[in-house]
Amino acid sequence: MPLTDYEIVIGLEVHAELKTESKAFCGCSTKFGGRPNSHVCPVCLGLPGVLPVLNRKALEYAILAGLALNCRIAERSRFDRKQYFYPDLPKAYQISQLDFPICSNGSIDIPADEELGGGTRRVGITRVHLEEEAGKLVHSGSGILDSEYSLADYNRGGIPLIEIVSEPDIRSPLEARRYLEQLKLLLQYTGVSDCKMEEGSLRCDANISLRRKGESKLGVRCEIKNMNSFKAVEAALQQEAERQAELLDSGEPVISQTRAWDEATGTTVFMRTKETSSDYRYFPDPDLAPIVVTADMVEEIRRRLPEMPDEKRRRYVNEFQIPEYDASLICGSKPLADYFDSVVAVYEGSPKTVANWVMGELLRLVNQEKIEVESVRITPRQFAALLRLVDEGVISGSIAKTVFEEMFATGEDPDKIVARKGLKQISDAGELASIIDRVLAANSQAVESIKSGNQKAVGFLVGQVMKETHGKANPQIVNKLLKERLGL
Amino acid sequence: MDVIDRPLYELARLLESGEVSAEELAVEFLSRIDKVDGIVGAFVTVDREGTLSGARMADKARRAGEAPSHLAGIPIAVKDNMCTRGIETTCSSKMLRGFVPPYDAHVVERVKAAGMLVIGKTNLDEFAMGSSTENSALRVTRNPWNLQRVPGGSSGGSAAAVAASEAPAALGSDTGGSVRVPASYCGIVGMKPTYGLVSRYGVVAYASSLDQVGPLAANVRDCAIMLRVIAGHDPRDSMSIDAEIPDYEAQLGRDIAGKVIGLPKEYFAEGIEPGVRDAVLEAAKQLSKLGVEVEEVSLPTVEYALAAYYIIASSEASSNLARFDGVRYGHRAEGAVDSVSMFMKTRAEGFGPEVKRRIMMGTYSLSAGYYDAYYKKASQVRSTLKSDFDRVFERCDALLTPTAPTTAFPIGERIDDPMSMYMSDVCTVTANLAGIPGISLPCGWQDGLPIGMQLLGKRFSEATLLQLAYAYEQAAGYPSRKAPVTKDRGCCSCH
Repeated sequence: MPLTDYEIVIGLEVHAELKTESKAFCGCSTKFGGRPNSHVCPVCLGLPGVLPVLNRKALEYAILAGLALNCRIAERSRFDRKQYFYPDLPKAYQISQLDFPICSNGSIDIPADEELGGGTRRVGITRVHLEEEAGKLVHSGSGILDSEYSLADYNRGGIPLIEIVSEPDIRSPLEARRYLEQLKLLLQYTGVSDCKMEEGSLRCDANISLRRKGESKLGVRCEIKNMNSFKAVEAALQQEAERQAELLDSGEPVISQTRAWDEATGTTVFMRTKETSSDYRYFPDPDLAPIVVTADMVEEIRRRLPEMPDEKRRRYVNEFQIPEYDASLICGSKPLADYFDSVVAVYEGSPKTVANWVMGELLRLVNQEKIEVESVRITPRQFAALLRLVDEGVISGSIAKTVFEEMFATGEDPDKIVARKGLKQISDAGELASIIDRVLAANSQAVESIKSGNQKAVGFLVGQVMKETHGKANPQIVNKLLKERLGL
Repeated sequence: MDVIDRPLYELARLLESGEVSAEELAVEFLSRIDKVDGIVGAFVTVDREGTLSGARMADKARRAGEAPSHLAGIPIAVKDNMCTRGIETTCSSKMLRGFVPPYDAHVVERVKAAGMLVIGKTNLDEFAMGSSTENSALRVTRNPWNLQRVPGGSSGGSAAAVAASEAPAALGSDTGGSVRVPASYCGIVGMKPTYGLVSRYGVVAYASSLDQVGPLAANVRDCAIMLRVIAGHDPRDSMSIDAEIPDYEAQLGRDIAGKVIGLPKEYFAEGIEPGVRDAVLEAAKQLSKLGVEVEEVSLPTVEYALAAYYIIASSEASSNLARFDGVRYGHRAEGAVDSVSMFMKTRAEGFGPEVKRRIMMGTYSLSAGYYDAYYKKASQVRSTLKSDFDRVFERCDALLTPTAPTTAFPIGERIDDPMSMYMSDVCTVTANLAGIPGISLPCGWQDGLPIGMQLLGKRFSEATLLQLAYAYEQAAGYPSRKAPVTKDRGCCSCH
């Protein structure tokens, strides 16, 4: 039976680090990197007698994330202790939330898999809860099992995290990827998380099961861990769906288990069965009072929600007359949309012009150089200044592209580049007249052709003038002057 | 009268008037410790140098008119589960031998801010788990009234130090009676404040929802003074309450006539020694002579309190003590082959039997499949108990009960029988479960051993409890009696 005869059911658990300045329950810095154990204090090291105090910012960020994901914010929520022994966990428990999470009942809309009929898929968000990061172990060997010793670095320990749990509403590996992309976008828009999977600030575990099409009962699920990119999530789920389909086809049961994605082999491998999983002995953390969030506080935080991608896209289309496709593309990246907005803010001309340049030259160079939009050296002010030079006829559009490349490489001001390289457009009739004389003299054949009625050859002559001036001549004036000279 | 036998409030006066210097005081108490602590065993660490230099600084500051408070230069003893920067803090456990905290507990900061000196760290039942101080991994503490008897626990070292005049006052911690029971056995005054009145920051956690630091002192006035030193808001303890702290001492001596005291019948039931019961009832009579209305009341849930206490306290303890894994500080076992065996060996070697027992009970109570029957049920008992107290405090200003069912028992008598040991806390655990304040003070002697009575009040009624206790103490004239601290009073005194 082909995989298409089965319905794939996927739910995702995503952990995102919150971008607060200080840790969730102490005042230590959350900066990435740093000497091992340089961002630690008695509280995040779990020394005897110390106590956690909730970082208000972390709570606000969790609420902000919940609002961006259309969640209900709990009036009362609670911290629980999730207990297990591990050298990277200083208190031997993680402060987390079990029964009363801060946010619940949200949803995200994504484009449904075209092969499943397309349209919009609404993926429910079961819950978003707040918890703390563990530290990091550095093993002397390649893993904890074959190492002679391991070193513990608690810099990361205590950084606030949100865990976002989806309903099993996702129906294909592609949709899982789209869900993650949309989730990342929404979180980036709110500014609560960087969502960098490579730096570990976003992590994803997936639950997947199969059932025969039309069946309402869910199949036995497996959990997949250890995926380091959205692409890996999609690939791992595809591979796991195929594995489960093969089992079901051959009449074997799927056994509930946790599997790890192996990037090297492109397969999932068995980790442990669910039966042997730990009992975390959750109980309410007696060191922390229940969190009370008033309706006023929720409204105050709601007002801080920035313009979200959908709203922004609609505004670009309606107010700026930017094509739907371009608007979606710009809004599909928070840094790109931010960049676009800041250029528009300082540029008097049409936002559509800005969009053309962003979609064209900027993205071409960003992709070509494989850099992030955040590290583009051209400031929005410089970007606007370049467009102004074109608008005012100081340089031609084609010269502007050369200047843009130079700015992209060096971060230099456009007027300085134009001045230094003498790229100013030649609009002076006297200066152009002598060049035209030379061109006419050298192209008598074309002149003859024009005189016998072939108007098209005018364009050729304009091109020759442009070539002579290395593109600096103002083409409209050249055209006008040529026509005068030729008596057209 | 020797200076070491004087009340703390009088020492403050002597210091302020210049009749005694802080240095002289420090020398007196240090030599008292030298003389008797070999027998009593109250201290696990004595900070001789720190106390002497601190005393000299206090004298200098006072001469310059810059003493941080009228208490500057008075030494006190601190239970060894409160972190002291630069001084080993062991919890009387092998697990924390050699652990020198880089910070002071909030209460230690407060004591130091008042200019008082931490003369030493006192012995306790390991991690404050016990009622006799016999669970200490470090040494035996003896009751200064009878050296064959326990001083009570878990703050037995602090209580014995005060009773033996090794310190004018001490700090203890009370999770289920650990200040009040030893105060009772040692014939001194001990108070457990309202939960949240005193910050827990830097006090090694036993059961976080129950732990409170409280003072132990030779008399009610000293207790009031010490409470004011340590009480007050601390943003580092999320459960700390931001409330105005009254001048408890100034409010002593107010007329208590017309106050209503309840005698909860459940605290006078079977299991309370007749001598203890009679002494407490006698105290009730004394109070009614002072114009207090005494009436019998009932708190039906009290019957289940001890069971609920041991489940909740053990559950929290199993979690709080999980951090002692040998990775970052304290004891680490030799010869482990991997991290799991390191955890297991370290904890097997580092913890004593009572601590292990409670960790196991607590782990069990929180386990999947047992949580509802134990931890959750105990939490329900706890909230019902709170309502019981709320109800009686609508009528009563305070409740009067025995502090413990018996007087101090012989060393070794209950150590192998956890149930009988746990019974020592039957009258005290209720205050911790309900978060209310309680004070224990002497109300009589039986065979040369002190009997303690307990006054309980509603949340933040410390001032009222201290007024009642003070009025009783003045009428009964008890604080003049001093423990003999001699070896010759052996077991013969218990018939």
